[in-house]
Amino acid sequence: MPRPRVYRTEAVVLRQQDYGEADRILTLLTPGGKRTVLARGIRRPTSRRAGHLGLFHRAEVMLAQGRQLDIVTQAESLDAHEGLWHDLLRFTYASYAAELVDLFLPEEEENPAVYDLLTLALEAFASEDDLRLWARYFELSLLQLAGFHPEFFQCVNCGATIEPGPNRFDVTQGGLLCPRCGPEVAGARTVSLGTQKVLRYLASHDREAIAQLGIRDATHREMEELLHAFLQYTLERELKSTAFLRRLRSELSMYEKGRGA
Amino acid sequence: MTAMPKAVGRLIDGLSRLPGIGPKTASRLTYYLLRAGQGEAEALAEAMLSLHQETVLCSVCCNISEADPCAVCGDQQRSQETICVVEEPLDVVAIENTGSYKGVYHVLHGHISPMERIGPDELRIQQLVKRLERGSVTEVIVATNPTLEGDATAIYLARLVQPLGIRVTRLALGLPRGGDLEYADRMTLAEAIAGRRQI
Ligand SMILES: [Zn+2]
Ligand SMILES: [Zn+2]
Repeated sequence: MPRPRVYRTEAVVLRQQDYGEADRILTLLTPGGKRTVLARGIRRPTSRRAGHLGLFHRAEVMLAQGRQLDIVTQAESLDAHEGLWHDLLRFTYASYAAELVDLFLPEEEENPAVYDLLTLALEAFASEDDLRLWARYFELSLLQLAGFHPEFFQCVNCGATIEPGPNRFDVTQGGLLCPRCGPEVAGARTVSLGTQKVLRYLASHDREAIAQLGIRDATHREMEELLHAFLQYTLERELKSTAFLRRLRSELSMYEKGRGA
Repeated sequence: MTAMPKAVGRLIDGLSRLPGIGPKTASRLTYYLLRAGQGEAEALAEAMLSLHQETVLCSVCCNISEADPCAVCGDQQRSQETICVVEEPLDVVAIENTGSYKGVYHVLHGHISPMERIGPDELRIQQLVKRLERGSVTEVIVATNPTLEGDATAIYLARLVQPLGIRVTRLALGLPRGGDLEYADRMTLAEAIAGRRQI
Protein backbone atom coordinates (compact mmCIF):
# COMPACT_ATOMS: atom_id res chain seq x y z
CA MET A 1 0.00 0.00 0.00
CA PRO A 2 1.53 3.38 -0.92
CA ARG A 3 1.94 5.81 1.96
CA PRO A 4 3.23 9.35 2.23
CA ARG A 5 6.94 10.02 2.67
CA VAL A 6 6.42 11.22 6.20
CA TYR A 7 3.43 10.08 8.18
CA ARG A 8 2.09 10.14 11.71
CA THR A 9 0.41 7.19 13.38
CA GLU A 10 -0.39 5.64 16.70
CA ALA A 11 1.51 2.42 17.34
CA VAL A 12 2.27 -0.32 19.84
CA VAL A 13 5.78 -1.79 20.03
CA LEU A 14 5.27 -5.53 19.43
CA ARG A 15 8.88 -6.61 19.45
CA GLN A 16 12.34 -5.13 19.20
CA GLN A 17 15.81 -6.16 18.21
CA ASP A 18 19.12 -4.39 18.76
CA TYR A 19 20.75 -3.27 15.54
CA GLY A 20 24.11 -1.70 14.78
CA GLU A 21 25.83 0.52 17.34
CA ALA A 22 22.90 2.04 19.16
CA ASP A 23 19.85 1.44 16.95
CA ARG A 24 16.91 -0.86 17.30
CA ILE A 25 14.64 -2.46 14.74
CA LEU A 26 11.08 -2.31 16.03
CA THR A 27 8.03 -4.22 14.92
CA LEU A 28 5.16 -1.79 15.41
CA LEU A 29 1.49 -2.57 15.26
CA THR A 30 -0.44 0.41 13.89
CA PRO A 31 -4.13 0.64 12.94
CA GLY A 32 -2.81 0.50 9.36
CA GLY A 33 -0.99 -2.78 9.96
CA LYS A 34 2.35 -4.15 11.13
CA ARG A 35 5.43 -2.12 10.27
CA THR A 36 9.08 -2.95 10.74
CA VAL A 37 10.89 0.32 11.42
CA LEU A 38 14.32 1.56 12.41
CA ALA A 39 14.78 3.66 15.55
CA ARG A 40 18.19 5.26 15.31
CA GLY A 41 20.25 5.85 18.44
CA ILE A 42 17.41 4.67 20.66
CA ARG A 43 19.70 2.62 22.91
CA ARG A 44 21.62 5.70 24.00
CA PRO A 45 20.48 6.91 27.42
CA THR A 46 20.23 10.46 26.04
CA SER A 47 17.97 9.43 23.15
CA ARG A 48 14.82 11.55 23.11
CA ARG A 49 12.85 8.57 21.91
CA ALA A 50 14.15 5.85 24.25
CA GLY A 51 11.63 6.36 27.05
CA HIS A 52 8.78 6.73 24.58
CA LEU A 53 9.20 3.60 22.50
CA GLY A 54 9.90 0.75 24.87
CA LEU A 55 8.45 -2.72 24.44
CA PHE A 56 4.60 -2.70 24.59
CA HIS A 57 4.44 1.10 24.76
CA ARG A 58 1.54 2.73 22.98
CA ALA A 59 2.91 5.85 21.33
CA GLU A 60 2.28 8.51 18.74
CA VAL A 61 5.09 8.24 16.18
CA MET A 62 6.28 10.08 13.10
CA LEU A 63 7.73 7.79 10.45
CA ALA A 64 9.73 8.71 7.39
CA GLN A 65 10.06 6.36 4.46
CA GLY A 66 13.56 4.94 4.26
CA ARG A 67 15.20 2.92 1.54
CA GLN A 68 14.59 -0.41 3.24
CA LEU A 69 12.87 0.36 6.53
CA ASP A 70 10.80 3.33 7.60
CA ILE A 71 12.59 5.46 10.17
CA VAL A 72 11.18 6.80 13.45
CA THR A 73 11.70 10.56 13.53
CA GLN A 74 9.58 11.37 16.59
CA ALA A 75 7.84 9.47 19.34
CA GLU A 76 5.60 10.46 22.20
CA SER A 77 4.51 7.81 24.69
CA LEU A 78 0.74 7.63 25.24
CA ASP A 79 0.78 4.66 27.59
CA ALA A 80 3.83 2.81 28.92
CA HIS A 81 1.51 0.23 30.57
CA GLU A 82 3.35 0.70 33.83
CA GLY A 83 1.46 -2.19 35.43
CA LEU A 84 3.46 -4.57 33.22
CA TRP A 85 6.68 -3.38 34.79
CA HIS A 86 7.55 -4.93 38.12
CA ASP A 87 5.19 -7.86 37.53
CA LEU A 88 6.47 -10.95 35.73
CA LEU A 89 3.07 -12.53 35.26
CA ARG A 90 1.51 -9.42 33.71
CA PHE A 91 4.60 -9.04 31.53
CA THR A 92 4.28 -12.64 30.35
CA TYR A 93 0.60 -12.23 29.44
CA ALA A 94 1.44 -9.07 27.49
CA SER A 95 4.18 -10.98 25.67
CA TYR A 96 1.64 -13.68 24.86
CA ALA A 97 -0.77 -11.14 23.35
CA ALA A 98 1.99 -9.57 21.25
CA GLU A 99 3.21 -12.96 20.04
CA LEU A 100 -0.30 -14.02 19.01
CA VAL A 101 -0.96 -10.79 17.12
CA ASP A 102 2.40 -11.05 15.40
CA LEU A 103 1.61 -14.60 14.27
CA PHE A 104 -1.97 -13.98 13.14
CA LEU A 105 -1.51 -10.71 11.32
CA PRO A 106 0.47 -10.75 8.06
CA GLU A 107 2.93 -7.90 7.48
CA GLU A 108 1.27 -4.69 6.19
CA GLU A 109 -2.30 -5.98 6.45
CA GLU A 110 -4.51 -3.10 7.56
CA ASN A 111 -6.61 -4.11 10.57
CA PRO A 112 -7.69 -1.37 12.99
CA ALA A 113 -9.84 -3.83 14.95
CA VAL A 114 -6.79 -5.96 15.82
CA TYR A 115 -5.00 -2.79 16.90
CA ASP A 116 -7.89 -1.85 19.18
CA LEU A 117 -8.00 -5.37 20.58
CA LEU A 118 -4.28 -5.39 21.38
CA THR A 119 -4.40 -2.00 23.12
CA LEU A 120 -7.38 -3.21 25.13
CA ALA A 121 -5.54 -6.42 26.04
CA LEU A 122 -2.37 -4.59 27.10
CA GLU A 123 -4.42 -2.26 29.29
CA ALA A 124 -6.24 -5.22 30.81
CA PHE A 125 -3.03 -7.17 31.45
CA ALA A 126 -1.50 -4.07 33.04
CA SER A 127 -4.40 -3.40 35.37
CA GLU A 128 -7.11 -6.08 35.71
CA ASP A 129 -7.12 -8.75 38.41
CA ASP A 130 -8.25 -11.86 36.55
CA LEU A 131 -5.55 -12.15 33.88
CA ARG A 132 -6.76 -15.54 32.65
CA LEU A 133 -10.21 -14.12 31.90
CA TRP A 134 -8.71 -11.38 29.72
CA ALA A 135 -6.39 -13.83 28.04
CA ARG A 136 -9.39 -15.96 27.00
CA TYR A 137 -11.34 -12.88 25.86
CA PHE A 138 -8.33 -11.78 23.85
CA GLU A 139 -7.86 -15.20 22.23
CA LEU A 140 -11.51 -15.53 21.26
CA SER A 141 -11.69 -11.97 19.91
CA LEU A 142 -8.49 -12.36 17.91
CA LEU A 143 -9.64 -15.69 16.47
CA GLN A 144 -12.90 -14.02 15.49
CA LEU A 145 -11.10 -11.11 13.77
CA ALA A 146 -8.80 -13.53 11.96
CA GLY A 147 -11.73 -15.62 10.76
CA PHE A 148 -10.94 -18.69 12.86
CA HIS A 149 -13.44 -18.27 15.68
CA PRO A 150 -14.55 -21.51 17.31
CA GLU A 151 -18.25 -22.37 17.02
CA PHE A 152 -20.12 -22.68 20.32
CA PHE A 153 -23.72 -22.31 19.16
CA GLN A 154 -24.19 -24.93 16.44
CA CYS A 155 -22.83 -28.46 16.11
CA VAL A 156 -19.88 -28.25 13.70
CA ASN A 157 -20.77 -31.70 12.38
CA CYS A 158 -24.56 -31.66 11.77
CA GLY A 159 -25.52 -28.02 12.35
CA ALA A 160 -27.94 -28.79 15.20
CA THR A 161 -28.40 -26.01 17.75
CA ILE A 162 -26.17 -26.68 20.76
CA GLU A 163 -28.21 -27.18 23.94
CA PRO A 164 -26.71 -27.27 27.43
CA GLY A 165 -25.58 -30.88 27.83
CA PRO A 166 -22.79 -33.36 27.28
CA ASN A 167 -21.37 -31.64 24.18
CA ARG A 168 -17.77 -32.23 23.10
CA PHE A 169 -15.23 -29.95 21.46
CA ASP A 170 -13.35 -30.88 18.30
CA VAL A 171 -10.18 -28.85 17.65
CA THR A 172 -9.91 -29.99 14.02
CA GLN A 173 -13.38 -28.73 13.09
CA GLY A 174 -13.09 -25.83 15.53
CA GLY A 175 -16.23 -26.08 17.59
CA LEU A 176 -18.70 -27.96 19.74
CA LEU A 177 -20.31 -31.25 18.72
CA CYS A 178 -23.87 -32.19 19.77
CA PRO A 179 -24.35 -35.27 22.01
CA ARG A 180 -25.21 -37.36 18.92
CA CYS A 181 -22.12 -36.41 16.87
CA GLY A 182 -19.62 -36.10 19.74
CA PRO A 183 -18.97 -39.80 20.39
CA GLU A 184 -18.52 -40.43 16.64
CA VAL A 185 -15.58 -38.01 16.28
CA ALA A 186 -12.22 -39.37 17.35
CA GLY A 187 -10.23 -37.03 19.58
CA ALA A 188 -13.18 -34.82 20.51
CA ARG A 189 -12.85 -33.77 24.13
CA THR A 190 -15.58 -33.53 26.71
CA VAL A 191 -16.24 -30.04 28.05
CA SER A 192 -17.91 -29.32 31.37
CA LEU A 193 -21.20 -27.42 31.37
CA GLY A 194 -19.67 -24.49 33.25
CA THR A 195 -16.91 -24.07 30.69
CA GLN A 196 -19.33 -24.27 27.76
CA LYS A 197 -21.42 -21.57 29.38
CA VAL A 198 -18.50 -19.20 29.97
CA LEU A 199 -17.09 -19.72 26.46
CA ARG A 200 -20.48 -18.88 24.92
CA TYR A 201 -20.70 -15.84 27.16
CA LEU A 202 -17.21 -14.62 26.23
CA ALA A 203 -17.95 -15.06 22.54
CA SER A 204 -21.15 -13.02 22.68
CA HIS A 205 -20.66 -10.21 25.22
CA ASP A 206 -18.71 -7.00 25.37
CA ARG A 207 -15.90 -5.90 27.62
CA GLU A 208 -18.05 -4.31 30.32
CA ALA A 209 -20.18 -7.41 30.76
CA ILE A 210 -17.15 -9.69 30.79
CA ALA A 211 -15.41 -7.60 33.42
CA GLN A 212 -18.21 -8.59 35.82
CA LEU A 213 -17.59 -12.32 35.48
CA GLY A 214 -16.22 -14.33 38.34
CA ILE A 215 -14.82 -17.64 37.16
CA ARG A 216 -13.90 -20.71 39.16
CA ASP A 217 -10.35 -22.00 39.00
CA ALA A 218 -11.36 -25.37 37.50
CA THR A 219 -13.29 -23.63 34.72
CA HIS A 220 -10.30 -21.42 34.04
CA ARG A 221 -8.03 -24.43 33.71
CA GLU A 222 -10.36 -26.23 31.34
CA MET A 223 -10.95 -23.16 29.16
CA GLU A 224 -7.27 -22.45 28.88
CA GLU A 225 -6.41 -26.02 27.96
CA LEU A 226 -9.14 -26.12 25.34
CA LEU A 227 -8.32 -22.79 23.72
CA HIS A 228 -4.58 -23.42 23.74
CA ALA A 229 -5.13 -26.79 22.06
CA PHE A 230 -7.29 -25.07 19.44
CA LEU A 231 -4.75 -22.25 18.91
CA GLN A 232 -1.90 -24.70 18.61
CA TYR A 233 -3.86 -26.68 16.02
CA THR A 234 -4.82 -23.52 14.09
CA LEU A 235 -1.32 -22.04 14.13
CA GLU A 236 0.36 -25.44 13.68
CA ARG A 237 2.87 -24.63 16.39
CA GLU A 238 3.29 -24.18 20.10
CA LEU A 239 3.45 -20.59 21.25
CA LYS A 240 6.66 -19.59 22.97
CA SER A 241 4.96 -17.43 25.57
CA THR A 242 2.54 -20.16 26.68
CA ALA A 243 5.41 -22.58 27.21
CA PHE A 244 7.11 -19.85 29.23
CA LEU A 245 3.93 -19.10 31.17
CA ARG A 246 3.56 -22.72 32.21
CA ARG A 247 7.15 -22.82 33.41
CA LEU A 248 6.86 -19.54 35.25
CA ARG A 249 3.69 -20.62 37.01
CA SER A 250 5.20 -23.40 39.06
CA GLU A 251 7.59 -20.84 40.53
CA LEU A 252 5.09 -18.02 40.76
CA SER A 253 2.33 -20.10 42.32
CA MET A 254 4.17 -19.77 45.60
CA TYR A 255 3.16 -16.13 45.84
CA GLU A 256 0.68 -15.36 43.07
CA LYS A 257 -2.23 -17.57 44.16
CA GLY A 258 -5.44 -17.16 42.22
CA ARG A 259 -4.38 -14.33 39.94
CA GLY A 260 -3.88 -16.25 36.74
CA ALA A 261 -1.07 -18.40 38.02
CA MET B 1 25.09 -13.39 -9.40
CA THR B 2 26.68 -15.16 -12.41
CA ALA B 3 29.45 -12.57 -12.72
CA MET B 4 30.43 -13.06 -9.10
CA PRO B 5 33.18 -15.51 -8.12
CA LYS B 6 32.03 -18.15 -5.62
CA ALA B 7 34.49 -16.98 -2.93
CA VAL B 8 33.07 -13.47 -3.08
CA GLY B 9 29.49 -14.70 -2.76
CA ARG B 10 30.44 -16.91 0.17
CA LEU B 11 31.92 -14.04 2.17
CA ILE B 12 28.98 -11.75 1.39
CA ASP B 13 26.65 -14.49 2.61
CA GLY B 14 28.65 -14.97 5.78
CA LEU B 15 28.94 -11.29 6.60
CA SER B 16 25.27 -10.55 5.96
CA ARG B 17 24.37 -13.07 8.65
CA LEU B 18 26.04 -10.82 11.25
CA PRO B 19 23.73 -8.61 13.33
CA GLY B 20 23.34 -5.12 11.94
CA ILE B 21 24.82 -5.97 8.54
CA GLY B 22 22.60 -6.15 5.47
CA PRO B 23 23.54 -7.56 2.04
CA LYS B 24 24.64 -4.12 0.80
CA THR B 25 27.06 -3.50 3.66
CA ALA B 26 28.29 -7.09 3.35
CA SER B 27 29.11 -6.51 -0.34
CA ARG B 28 30.90 -3.27 0.45
CA LEU B 29 33.01 -4.94 3.16
CA THR B 30 33.83 -7.87 0.89
CA TYR B 31 35.03 -5.69 -1.98
CA TYR B 32 37.00 -3.58 0.49
CA LEU B 33 38.84 -6.70 1.65
CA LEU B 34 39.53 -7.67 -1.97
CA ARG B 35 41.10 -4.29 -2.64
CA ALA B 36 42.96 -4.13 0.68
CA GLY B 37 45.02 -7.18 -0.23
CA GLN B 38 45.86 -10.59 1.19
CA GLY B 39 47.60 -9.33 4.33
CA GLU B 40 44.61 -7.50 5.72
CA ALA B 41 42.26 -10.40 4.95
CA GLU B 42 44.61 -12.88 6.64
CA ALA B 43 44.95 -10.73 9.75
CA LEU B 44 41.16 -10.52 10.00
CA ALA B 45 40.69 -14.24 9.42
CA GLU B 46 43.24 -15.01 12.10
CA ALA B 47 41.56 -12.65 14.57
CA MET B 48 38.27 -14.44 13.93
CA LEU B 49 39.81 -17.86 14.46
CA SER B 50 41.52 -16.95 17.71
CA LEU B 51 38.25 -15.51 19.00
CA HIS B 52 37.08 -18.95 20.04
CA GLN B 53 40.47 -20.58 20.48
CA GLU B 54 41.78 -17.97 22.89
CA THR B 55 38.73 -17.15 24.98
CA VAL B 56 36.94 -19.07 27.70
CA LEU B 57 33.91 -18.51 29.85
CA CYS B 58 35.02 -17.64 33.39
CA SER B 59 33.65 -20.44 35.57
CA VAL B 60 32.98 -17.96 38.38
CA CYS B 61 31.31 -14.92 36.79
CA CYS B 62 30.46 -16.34 33.31
CA ASN B 63 32.17 -13.41 31.60
CA ILE B 64 34.16 -14.05 28.45
CA SER B 65 37.85 -13.89 29.25
CA GLU B 66 41.35 -15.09 28.41
CA ALA B 67 41.80 -17.14 31.52
CA ASP B 68 39.65 -19.02 33.99
CA PRO B 69 39.08 -17.42 36.46
CA CYS B 70 39.03 -14.10 34.65
CA ALA B 71 41.23 -11.13 35.60
CA VAL B 72 38.46 -9.56 37.71
CA CYS B 73 37.54 -12.71 39.63
CA GLY B 74 41.22 -13.49 40.20
CA ASP B 75 42.05 -10.01 41.50
CA GLN B 76 42.63 -10.24 45.28
CA GLN B 77 42.21 -6.46 45.62
CA ARG B 78 38.58 -6.56 44.55
CA SER B 79 35.78 -7.08 47.03
CA GLN B 80 34.13 -10.51 46.72
CA GLU B 81 31.27 -9.27 48.89
CA THR B 82 29.53 -7.34 46.12
CA ILE B 83 28.37 -8.87 42.86
CA CYS B 84 27.18 -6.66 40.04
CA VAL B 85 24.83 -8.58 37.71
CA VAL B 86 24.76 -7.50 34.05
CA GLU B 87 23.10 -8.76 30.89
CA GLU B 88 26.10 -8.84 28.54
CA PRO B 89 29.93 -8.92 28.65
CA LEU B 90 30.02 -5.44 27.10
CA ASP B 91 28.16 -4.11 30.14
CA VAL B 92 31.12 -5.21 32.29
CA VAL B 93 33.42 -3.19 30.03
CA ALA B 94 31.17 -0.13 30.40
CA ILE B 95 31.11 -0.35 34.19
CA GLU B 96 34.86 -1.08 34.39
CA ASN B 97 35.47 2.08 32.34
CA THR B 98 33.87 4.17 35.08
CA GLY B 99 36.62 3.04 37.46
CA SER B 100 34.18 3.45 40.35
CA TYR B 101 33.23 -0.16 41.04
CA LYS B 102 35.54 -2.38 43.09
CA GLY B 103 33.46 -5.53 43.44
CA VAL B 104 33.03 -8.50 41.10
CA TYR B 105 30.53 -9.28 38.33
CA HIS B 106 28.11 -11.87 37.08
CA VAL B 107 27.14 -12.01 33.40
CA LEU B 108 23.69 -13.43 32.60
CA HIS B 109 24.10 -13.47 28.80
CA GLY B 110 20.68 -12.03 28.10
CA HIS B 111 17.43 -11.11 29.79
CA ILE B 112 14.09 -12.78 30.42
CA SER B 113 11.98 -12.74 27.26
CA PRO B 114 8.83 -14.90 27.08
CA MET B 115 8.47 -14.22 23.34
CA GLU B 116 11.92 -15.61 22.65
CA ARG B 117 11.41 -18.39 25.18
CA ILE B 118 14.32 -17.10 27.25
CA GLY B 119 13.59 -17.85 30.87
CA PRO B 120 15.70 -18.21 34.00
CA ASP B 121 17.08 -21.56 32.79
CA GLU B 122 18.48 -20.02 29.61
CA LEU B 123 20.37 -17.39 31.62
CA ARG B 124 23.34 -17.95 33.93
CA ILE B 125 21.18 -17.68 37.02
CA GLN B 126 21.90 -21.07 38.60
CA GLN B 127 25.61 -20.20 38.58
CA LEU B 128 24.81 -16.98 40.40
CA VAL B 129 22.78 -18.78 43.05
CA LYS B 130 25.65 -21.24 43.61
CA ARG B 131 28.02 -18.31 44.14
CA LEU B 132 25.65 -16.74 46.64
CA GLU B 133 25.17 -19.97 48.56
CA ARG B 134 28.87 -20.00 49.40
CA GLY B 135 27.99 -17.21 51.81
CA SER B 136 30.52 -14.38 51.46
CA VAL B 137 28.34 -12.06 49.38
CA THR B 138 26.48 -9.26 51.17
CA GLU B 139 25.09 -7.27 48.24
CA VAL B 140 23.89 -8.02 44.72
CA ILE B 141 23.70 -4.97 42.46
CA VAL B 142 21.31 -5.64 39.60
CA ALA B 143 22.58 -3.69 36.59
CA THR B 144 20.29 -5.09 33.90
CA ASN B 145 19.09 -2.59 31.31
CA PRO B 146 16.30 -0.18 32.33
CA THR B 147 13.93 -1.82 29.83
CA LEU B 148 10.80 -3.91 30.41
CA GLU B 149 12.80 -7.14 29.97
CA GLY B 150 15.70 -5.84 32.07
CA ASP B 151 13.28 -4.93 34.84
CA ALA B 152 11.53 -8.29 34.63
CA THR B 153 14.91 -9.97 35.01
CA ALA B 154 15.72 -7.72 37.97
CA ILE B 155 12.47 -8.60 39.74
CA TYR B 156 13.08 -12.27 39.18
CA LEU B 157 16.57 -12.00 40.64
CA ALA B 158 15.39 -9.97 43.63
CA ARG B 159 12.81 -12.62 44.52
CA LEU B 160 15.44 -15.30 44.24
CA VAL B 161 18.19 -13.55 46.17
CA GLN B 162 16.36 -11.70 48.96
CA PRO B 163 15.32 -14.90 50.79
CA LEU B 164 19.03 -15.72 51.13
CA GLY B 165 19.36 -12.66 53.38
CA ILE B 166 21.44 -10.75 50.83
CA ARG B 167 20.83 -7.09 50.05
CA VAL B 168 19.59 -6.57 46.47
CA THR B 169 19.96 -3.15 44.86
CA ARG B 170 19.17 -1.80 41.40
CA LEU B 171 21.19 0.87 39.57
CA ALA B 172 19.61 4.30 40.00
CA LEU B 173 17.04 5.25 37.37
CA GLY B 174 16.37 8.79 36.26
CA LEU B 175 17.51 11.56 33.96
CA PRO B 176 20.48 10.97 31.69
CA ARG B 177 23.37 13.46 31.78
CA GLY B 178 23.27 15.85 28.86
CA GLY B 179 19.60 15.15 28.30
CA ASP B 180 16.83 17.70 28.20
CA LEU B 181 14.17 17.60 30.91
CA GLU B 182 11.32 18.50 28.58
CA TYR B 183 11.97 15.43 26.43
CA ALA B 184 11.97 13.00 29.32
CA ASP B 185 9.09 10.54 29.30
CA ARG B 186 6.67 10.29 32.20
CA MET B 187 8.13 7.13 33.75
CA THR B 188 11.70 8.43 33.67
CA LEU B 189 10.69 11.73 35.23
CA ALA B 190 8.64 9.99 37.91
CA GLU B 191 11.62 7.77 38.73
CA ALA B 192 13.94 10.79 38.83
CA ILE B 193 11.62 12.51 41.30
CA ALA B 194 11.35 9.39 43.45
CA GLY B 195 15.12 8.94 43.39
CA ARG B 196 16.01 12.60 44.09
CA ARG B 197 18.70 13.32 46.67
CA GLN B 198 19.91 16.18 48.78
CA ILE B 199 22.64 18.45 47.38
ZN1 LIG C 1 -24.24 -32.85 15.62
ZN1 LIG D 1 35.20 -14.06 36.28
